Amino acid sequence: MENNNSSKLVPYPSNALVTERDLHKPPVLEVNHLGIDFGGLTAVDDFSIIIGRTEIAGLIGPNGAGKTTVFNLLTNVYKPTRGNILLNGYSTSGKTTAQVNRMGIARTFQNIRLFSKMSVIDNVKVGMHMSVKENFLSSLSHGFGYSKAEKIANERALELLDFFSMADLAKAQAGSLPYGAQRRLEIIRALATNPSIVLLDEPAAGMNPSETAELMENIRRIRDTFNIAIMLIEHDMSLVMGICEGICVLNYGKIIAKGSPDEIKKNPTVIEAYLGKKKEAQD
Amino acid sequence: MKNNVLKKLFSKNSITIYIVVAIYAIFSSLLYTDNLSRQLTNMLISVSCYIVLAVSLNLVVGFLGELSLGHACFMSVGLFTGCISSVLMSNVIPSVYIRLPIAMILGGLAAAAVGFVIGLPALRLKGDYLAIVTLACGEIVKNAITNINMTVESADFEFNGAIGLNTNKYGIYIKDVGELLPYAIVLVFVTIIVMMNISKSKAGRCIMAIRDNRIAAESIGINVTYYKLIVFVLAAFFAGMAGVLYGHGNSFAAASKFDYNMSIEILVIVVLGGMGSVRGSIIAAIILRALPEMLREFSDYRMLLYSVLLIVIMILNANPKFADLKGNLSIPKIISRLKNKDKTVKEAK
Ligand SMILES: Nc1ncnc2c1ncn2[C@@H]1O[C@H](COP(=O)(O)OP(=O)(O)OP(=O)(O)O)[C@@H](O)[C@H]1O
Ligand SMILES: [Mg+2]
Repeated sequence: MENNNSSKLVPYPSNALVTERDLHKPPVLEVNHLGIDFGGLTAVDDFSIIIGRTEIAGLIGPNGAGKTTVFNLLTNVYKPTRGNILLNGYSTSGKTTAQVNRMGIARTFQNIRLFSKMSVIDNVKVGMHMSVKENFLSSLSHGFGYSKAEKIANERALELLDFFSMADLAKAQAGSLPYGAQRRLEIIRALATNPSIVLLDEPAAGMNPSETAELMENIRRIRDTFNIAIMLIEHDMSLVMGICEGICVLNYGKIIAKGSPDEIKKNPTVIEAYLGKKKEAQD
Repeated sequence: MKNNVLKKLFSKNSITIYIVVAIYAIFSSLLYTDNLSRQLTNMLISVSCYIVLAVSLNLVVGFLGELSLGHACFMSVGLFTGCISSVLMSNVIPSVYIRLPIAMILGGLAAAAVGFVIGLPALRLKGDYLAIVTLACGEIVKNAITNINMTVESADFEFNGAIGLNTNKYGIYIKDVGELLPYAIVLVFVTIIVMMNISKSKAGRCIMAIRDNRIAAESIGINVTYYKLIVFVLAAFFAGMAGVLYGHGNSFAAASKFDYNMSIEILVIVVLGGMGSVRGSIIAAIILRALPEMLREFSDYRMLLYSVLLIVIMILNANPKFADLKGNLSIPKIISRLKNKDKTVKEAK
């Protein structure tokens, strides 16, 4: 059942959902029949999705459904057993995680992965490494355009930090930041790589309602300012229903529903999956 | 603006430079006025070499966070390549003083090439496995050099790896420390400055990112293998240059000396000086190289005392109270304390 779409001009599958304003632009991400097995366990199976150029998409599902695994597949941390991924029309098959990032996918992690011993601003600057015009010689000698490159990098990093009102924390050590700020910094670092889509793995985990509200506002602002797509995994339904335009529900590695927030809320299979999960928890 | 200049003048890195300048100024003025004891004079070159070795290994262990146990082999490769090429060049360039810097660069390049060949497969490994492989590679290189037999008739040169290289016989042994010291000083400064620069550059940020979190580093597009290899090769390059210097400062060089024990010795300096701290590596190199010499009068108990002192230093280093004390003695802290005192005195008046 392989679907070998390697060219850019592929008709969208009839059930694909793209936000209206993105309809006439090629999708940023197109995933066909993606799947992976860990030994005998099929963690993700037949995962197909299309994400519009400036869409905010949600990926939800009970614990262990395979959501993080999908992110790991999209970024080639895991090599897919089946299926293919087209990013901006180009196949990411056989690329390394670093190459996939340069092609346009940036991400955050469920359990924060900052460069904790480095300063906040260095965390952002290291994210911008592809656009900093320093070669190895200028890195060693601090000549050959080093000062200019660093100045530009500093300014851009501060701008990005300022976007999330974190400029005053620039010199602090990343590992010493409070939890919420660390999550924000991880998003900034992802943005610094100049992606066309950002994957956020449970960005609101551990946040209080006011922080979550601020995060929602920020996610919208990111989309509007940078004109990029965002895909997020989240257990906080108010956040997902509040900002996602398309939602995809995963259970036991399979998509059980796709649609707008309203459709998902009413979908009986989704309700059952979540309630069923609750029952299990009570056992 | 003025504040910025001041900040730069008293930054951590500048202070390290001042310390090194001061140390060399004192010792070289004593040396050139014939006031330095023979014992200390003989140590100057070897301590300089160890500073270069420790600072360059710190790039691998401290900045990149990978354990390498074969640093001595790069020194060895550099030493023999550099010294032999210096001998072979003697017909073309008669002066050993001009040949030395060329030999240093050739030795460094040879060591870098070996670093590349070892690093390319080895750096795919992580943690303990990399340590084991570098350890083994170090021994392999040592044995390979021991088994080299070469004769160059045109230069009347003969090298038997099992015996070693008699630098004195081939006229590349620079006996007068005063003549060799300027080369050592330049090498030490170039090494220190390069290491400091790199930590404040794009390459340095990428390297530290790999150290702090490899998976996150990959996720932001950093080519991990590339940067690991660059660090490894650069460290080998400097170790190789130090080797050439070392070879020119000793009348005889045997490959068997550059073994596992020496790699560990360099690693001990790095660990005691502090991971990633250039200044720490320099100070530890001086103290740990000077200690055995200072303890010479205890002859039989020398190595025993040395090990006891090592243990004491390690315990002190791991003690948070000692770290606080060290922190309080740092120059910026002292300055700020003096300023505060000034203020309180004025306020009291
Ligand atoms: N590297 C791996 N090897 C083996 N099994 C794995 C691996 N990674 C994930 N899995 C399994 O795949 C399944 C999906 O895990 P995943 O982390 O994707 O879930 P999730 O939807 O993100 O859950 P949560 O909401 O708890 O984060 C789990 O059963 C997990 O044990
Ligand atoms: Mg998860």
